Amino acid sequence: MKLTCLSKGDGFQYPPCHILNLCGFRILIDCPLDLLAITIFSPVPCDVEASEYSSLDAQNPVQKKQKLEREMTPADLVCAEPWYKTVKALHLWEVSLIDVVLISNPMGVLGLPFLTQNPGFCAKIYMTEATAKIGQLMMEDLVSMHMEFRGFYGPEDSSFPGWMKNLDREEVPALLKKVVFGESGDDLGSWMRLYSLDDIKSCMKKVQAVNYAEEVCYNGTLVMKALSSGLDIGACNWLINGPHGSLSYVSDSIFVSHHAKSFDFHGLKGNDVMIYSDFSCLQSTELTENGCNSPDTATNSSEKKDENLAASLLDTEESLEELEKLAFVCSCAAESADAGGSTLITITQIGIVLQLLELMSNSLESSSLKVPIFVISSVAEELLAYTNTIPEWLCKQRQEKLISGEPSFGHLKFIKDKKIHLFPAIHSPNLITSWQEPCIVFAPHSSLRLGPSVQLLQRWRGDPKSLLVLEDGLSSGLGLLPFRPIAMKILQCSFLSGIRLQKLPTLLSVLQPKRVLVPDVVNQRINLTEIKTNSILKYSENKTLRVPRITANPDVEIMAELASKLSWRKLRQRENFGIARLKGELLMKDGKYRLVSGLEQEESSGKARPLRHWGSVAPETLVDALLKMGITGSVEHSTGEDGSEDNRIIHVTNPSSGLIETSEMGTTIITDDENIASQIFQAIDGILDGI
Amino acid sequence: MAIDCLILGAGQEIGKSCVVVTINGKKIMFDCGMHMGCDDHNRYPDFSLLSKTGDFDKELSCIIITHFHMDHVGALPYFTEVCGYNGPIYMSYPTKALSPLMLEDYRRVMVDRRGEEELFTTTHIANCMKKVIALDLKQTIQVDQDLQIRGYYAGHVIGAVMVYAKVGDAAIVYTGDYNMTTDRHLGAAKIERLQLDLLISESTYATTIRGSKYPREREFLQAVHKCVAGGGKALIPSFALGRAQELCMLLDDYWERMNIKVPIYFSSGLTIQANMYYKMLISWTSQNVKEKHATHNPFDFKNVKDFDRSLIHAPGPCVLFATPGMLCAGFSLEVFKHWAPSPLNLVALPGYSVAGTVGHKLMSGKPTTVDLYNGTKVDVRCKIHQVAFSPHTDAKGIMDLTKFLSPKNVVLVHGEKPSMMSLKDKITSELNIPCFVPANGETVSFTSTTFIKATASDTFLKSCSSPNFKFSNSTQLHVTDQRTADGVLVVEKNKKSKIVHQDEVSEVLNEKNHEVSLAYCCPVKGKGESEDVDLIKELSEKITETVSGTQIHESGNCLQVGSFKGTLCLKDKCVHRSEISSSEGVFLCCNWSVADLELGWKIINVIKQNL
Repeated sequence: MKLTCLSKGDGFQYPPCHILNLCGFRILIDCPLDLLAITIFSPVPCDVEASEYSSLDAQNPVQKKQKLEREMTPADLVCAEPWYKTVKALHLWEVSLIDVVLISNPMGVLGLPFLTQNPGFCAKIYMTEATAKIGQLMMEDLVSMHMEFRGFYGPEDSSFPGWMKNLDREEVPALLKKVVFGESGDDLGSWMRLYSLDDIKSCMKKVQAVNYAEEVCYNGTLVMKALSSGLDIGACNWLINGPHGSLSYVSDSIFVSHHAKSFDFHGLKGNDVMIYSDFSCLQSTELTENGCNSPDTATNSSEKKDENLAASLLDTEESLEELEKLAFVCSCAAESADAGGSTLITITQIGIVLQLLELMSNSLESSSLKVPIFVISSVAEELLAYTNTIPEWLCKQRQEKLISGEPSFGHLKFIKDKKIHLFPAIHSPNLITSWQEPCIVFAPHSSLRLGPSVQLLQRWRGDPKSLLVLEDGLSSGLGLLPFRPIAMKILQCSFLSGIRLQKLPTLLSVLQPKRVLVPDVVNQRINLTEIKTNSILKYSENKTLRVPRITANPDVEIMAELASKLSWRKLRQRENFGIARLKGELLMKDGKYRLVSGLEQEESSGKARPLRHWGSVAPETLVDALLKMGITGSVEHSTGEDGSEDNRIIHVTNPSSGLIETSEMGTTIITDDENIASQIFQAIDGILDGI
Repeated sequence: MAIDCLILGAGQEIGKSCVVVTINGKKIMFDCGMHMGCDDHNRYPDFSLLSKTGDFDKELSCIIITHFHMDHVGALPYFTEVCGYNGPIYMSYPTKALSPLMLEDYRRVMVDRRGEEELFTTTHIANCMKKVIALDLKQTIQVDQDLQIRGYYAGHVIGAVMVYAKVGDAAIVYTGDYNMTTDRHLGAAKIERLQLDLLISESTYATTIRGSKYPREREFLQAVHKCVAGGGKALIPSFALGRAQELCMLLDDYWERMNIKVPIYFSSGLTIQANMYYKMLISWTSQNVKEKHATHNPFDFKNVKDFDRSLIHAPGPCVLFATPGMLCAGFSLEVFKHWAPSPLNLVALPGYSVAGTVGHKLMSGKPTTVDLYNGTKVDVRCKIHQVAFSPHTDAKGIMDLTKFLSPKNVVLVHGEKPSMMSLKDKITSELNIPCFVPANGETVSFTSTTFIKATASDTFLKSCSSPNFKFSNSTQLHVTDQRTADGVLVVEKNKKSKIVHQDEVSEVLNEKNHEVSLAYCCPVKGKGESEDVDLIKELSEKITETVSGTQIHESGNCLQVGSFKGTLCLKDKCVHRSEISSSEGVFLCCNWSVADLELGWKIINVIKQNL
């Protein structure tokens, strides 16, 4: 087995990407897009004020050139139809050699059409049904938001990205260059022009959607199963069983979720290899100073202890914290509404959006505030309807709701009561009639370059009463640049999007994998050496890690029918042993070898003469045996030609002449008489053990 | 290893489905239903056959309920709350959501309206449902170390599943009720090819073969349309879930198309609530419905209104869906009492009516009066229309499924004895699969598949995967790959068996190989006649002529066929030479292993003839 980490990703929106080589098959895990990278492009329509800002700066061209680390201005952003940044290292792989694609969450689908539009692509794609649905909607939304740029810049005439031309100039800010060219300066090839709706359609046609914990078998060899990871609706960890053991792929996971089905421990227990691919801890500055506060699982890990450990992972502290964050966002929005300001929320994580919608409508209903909530997205209606029809991917409380006849998410009622308004776009005809400020708006895209969020931000950015709710990490980069100066309040939230680092040791002691593959960057942050039961291997980006096999030999199932036909040979010296020749057809089914009766079944396999012998032949015994068969012979002692080996020769005289040469290594029958030869062979076979 | 199949209910009858299957020692109960036509103790499966002491937790590994119909889930609260079963219960999400509704409805009907003693209470139902674990389609659940279960789409009603259960190497499928054709809102049953020791199938329509459903749909619509056009009232007694939705979709659609303004009513809040469930469980409906759902949810009926009791005597035409079906009790029966005497009216009975119910009486013959349960008689002058839609598969569907799955054995349940017997004969004769039709209380036993497990060495596996091409050169060149796995099974007491390649056997046994071979130095030609290389060529040609299908390697003064090796002997006196022929001349010193015993002699003979 070999693992190559193609990209460690960057947060929830850009999950990691790997190539796994297993049983001779190449498996690509996730195919994301680096959506944060499109912040290098200027949003449309460019704001007047922003251009003033830049012209002001342009008056001092000398200063601009001299000061290398000057402050960036909106004019530095690329004014062109955006291209999208894919995983660079993926382009180094021959697409047609990928056998399987596994997708672990909706964000991992976004780059898939780039791969499937390649004519050589022939891999089988597996993802959960919910991921497929949500992923498709997100891609369609992306395409529809991108249309605005197409409309603005017109059709691009050449396939060469003109915007790239001037980016290597000296005056281009380093920050921008870094995003475009990457750390090592070779990222240019990873920029792609966005796919079309047709590309999405043909991509989704190639997908095999799997149900919750459904077992799917690839090529009879690999049995794959998706188990919930708790990160978001439809997000999963993969369990792969093959003839050489079991492997689990643990992606960004959340143990207790308030929207999605929680992390599924049971299926992941006791696997041979576990690939830990949760890089979310890199997003936080949190460091586990004292490394392993590892629970002591020295000798007797009783069942109860195991449960206790699992329970410690499932403590509610973490999830309560998340609820508090949500409540805080709500209270901030209510506060601004109270003061007459509007709130713009640009969060991508669907689970968070659904919870916020529910919380906000509830809190608005209980308060005297009459503030409308708008959800503006081309796929909002379908997405919100869909989330109420997938109980299998929701957390327990929401499943219970559905089972008692209520919708799993509360938004349905509010939509009916006209408290929540859904619009496909900001220019939707009915929007203006129901528009009312202050209001609370959920609108994509979190990069602040695409979709209705751009216009709304331009509208409200000067209003100090208004509030902008952002995903973490955006404000530090180029994100807000085109909207500066900004008077709006900004709330930057980081929601839990993976396993807390300090929980990793406990997780490992609960799951007890025989071998764990941990990213070196994660390993640097936590001391895992104290975990005795596991062997830990480290992998790093763009390096291939070879993992030696754990189970020595794979199992074979022999059909009872075939086994009943075996003819057993007893061994002279060893009573405990029985051996039999086995002939049949070896099949591979459901990841297991199976031996069945072959096409040309040799009925006489029992009677066939043995072909392999061991032991030694004492010449005297052989002479006696031959005598019983009516063959006479005499023993001649001689030393071999080189003198070292003790060769013994038996001269056979009657009924016809022949020689038998015997040594420790073997016996040779020398005669031109076929019958005598077979008789002698029988005699030897009677003395030796053989098969 | 064995499978025992104990029939507690629905053996040679329809009602109280309950089958307990023991696979390699694990007991699983499939369905736990009640008989709608019985009032006495026969209403429930005879659980005492399962355990004399009543310790069901110890006996059963789990219960799996296939769908929410009363004859499949009706006895569950009784079994868990009164009999005290506490183990795991599995059902699909829709079944888990809808079963309590059905149970509660039935309980209310029985207790409130028929005045029977209460068999289980509302609390019983609630407590029982708490023990239920929901499963998704195809989700593979490991119930315990050995038992694995999986549900497949059965199509019969929303959330109906066929259940696959596997213990060790033995596997069975219990179909529950299923439908092999799609209907208005549900898809057809869908299962993959599985290796099965036993298939337990329903056989409600064991001898019926149905054609297209469109004429039947038209017939139904016309009957209803004619009735309301004539100012009559149409009563459709049905259970809240399933047929009601299908017929309602049909009517709603027809009303739209024909622009009919006659109201369609649903009798109880239950059906309205049920429609609500259908909207959320859209992923369990047919592909067609699922696709439409994004724009318009087909369970948002436009023409359907809630019914009020006062409307029974209101003038003017209407269509009413009233629960329960089969006219066995409750509101539908009450409405029937009022509407049956008018010849303008229509009673459309969808689906199957269990013997003993008013529905059954109406369908069997044309009665003019009908006895109700409390002794009152009702004149029946209204039209009776039997809606021949059934969510059950027909005989062809059963045969198709059986043929597709090709199990080693078939057990038929949930049908009427005479037709089951004829289906049994058909399965035995046409498909050549042993088939059984056990009665309630009977047990059928089967032997089950077992595999012998062994670990395989790498060399063995490698030898299996290397192709073994055979070239035959008759008129055209034929290439065949006769790949056979050829290994040696080594069994040691108290250890796992191993499969190794024959070369590895001695290593495994810690012995030294002892090679037995044959040798003969064969005279080829008289003294010094031709060049050596030509001689080898000549010989090899001769060998190819006579010994077919061999590949000969020549090099210098050697030739090799398989393990047979011949070298021109340069020695004056070779030990391998037989005494007689040790004269002067050219000799080919041959050596071959026992594996090629016959081949070696064949070649020797060729050489000898050549001499």
